[in-house]
Amino acid sequence: MPVIMILYYIISAYIAGMLIWNFIREKKSVNDMLLYLLVMIPLILRILRVK
Amino acid sequence: MNFLSRVWIVKSILLLIIIVLMAVAGTQLYKHRHFRMPVVAGPGVTKVAKLSDYTEGLKGTVADTNVFHLEGKEEGGKIFIIANTHSNEPAAILTALIFLENAVVDKGTLIIIPEFNNSAGRNTRPGDGYPLYYEIPTDWGSKKFRMGNRDASPLDQWPDPDVYVHYPDKQLLSFLDVRNTNRTWPGRPDGPLMERVTYGAMQIMRSEKVDIAVDIHGAETMFPVTNCIVAPEKSMRIAMITSLNVKRNEKFDNHVEPSPSGFRGLSHREIGDYSDTLPFLLEAPLPFLDQPTGPKTVDLLLDGKDPFLLSLSKKKKLFVSYDETGWPMEKRVGQHCSVILEIIHQFSRKFPDKAIKLRNVPRYADVVKNGVGHYYRDPEKADKANVYFNR
Repeated sequence: MPVIMILYYIISAYIAGMLIWNFIREKKSVNDMLLYLLVMIPLILRILRVK
Repeated sequence: MNFLSRVWIVKSILLLIIIVLMAVAGTQLYKHRHFRMPVVAGPGVTKVAKLSDYTEGLKGTVADTNVFHLEGKEEGGKIFIIANTHSNEPAAILTALIFLENAVVDKGTLIIIPEFNNSAGRNTRPGDGYPLYYEIPTDWGSKKFRMGNRDASPLDQWPDPDVYVHYPDKQLLSFLDVRNTNRTWPGRPDGPLMERVTYGAMQIMRSEKVDIAVDIHGAETMFPVTNCIVAPEKSMRIAMITSLNVKRNEKFDNHVEPSPSGFRGLSHREIGDYSDTLPFLLEAPLPFLDQPTGPKTVDLLLDGKDPFLLSLSKKKKLFVSYDETGWPMEKRVGQHCSVILEIIHQFSRKFPDKAIKLRNVPRYADVVKNGVGHYYRDPEKADKANVYFNR
């Protein structure tokens, strides 16, 4: 796997981590909670090399 | 405390819904990518190699694919059939498998790659609602095929550039075309993965001294380059006679389109320019790929019937004839079979010292009458040593 692809997976994992962190911290808006989870889906599928 | 509990209940419910959605969709996509599609080597197959045998850069990658050789007892010319360059154009692999499972070569050699872009075959098209599989009825049940995409999977080749700079002509192409094996010809041994795939095929043609290369495709009915043979100057004469003969003898249209010299990366251009091989690209109408259609269902893929295209046909907006019968797969595959056989026939007439003789391959009328699946062997009943899978 080329280095740039490995970096891409690291970036994906970092952004997914930030989204989880924001999801945990969110206390008021249900819309925002849902938004964090939906945005996380393609990142998780990519990290797992599913899609 | 009560408020916090309520928040955590909401979060738990949302998280559960997303996990279930992700698991259901993810499992389907994972199974699609790893689906094993059996290919039964027919009585004419004499050798099975890998594309990586011709270029080191593909070893151990998902882009590596099986290369089937059908060698005649008598020496003659060589023809190379490439299918699934675009894995969302299924008439290609269906035609290649008819040759692979039935052809017996008496003179010359037939080389077939049924799954040329193996990575694209494991990809889907996001947003277009492509079916993941389709099934072809046969005499022994149905044969299941994986429906792929036009471009290789980003899981196998990433990232895409802003603009694809074609090698070696430096023409600027769409960023997506870096994963399109009909834009990366002639390729290079150490380029992006899809350039390595086309380079491997070029190495087959150079090292095996292939005379004819046929790249099988399908195209929209609203696209002018459809239902045709695309040929560069050096292949034009054979293409013209082939077109006229199938029209006269088998009563179907298949016009000839010249390969544009200023549009780089396509098989019908680069194979001819970078080897001694005569290239031909075959296009059959594929209503499934047209944009103004109903849902992209398996039925549309296989029978090509669509009310919107019918309406457009009445307004003369299509480049092929179109009526209530649509464009069934039998017609498309049958046309490909006849056109390839006619190209071989015309080449053999022009170069008798390099003639190619093969038998047991059906022509247009046979495939239309008997159906495509009639020509496929049951992998369950075949000798396991003759059943091949790509990884």
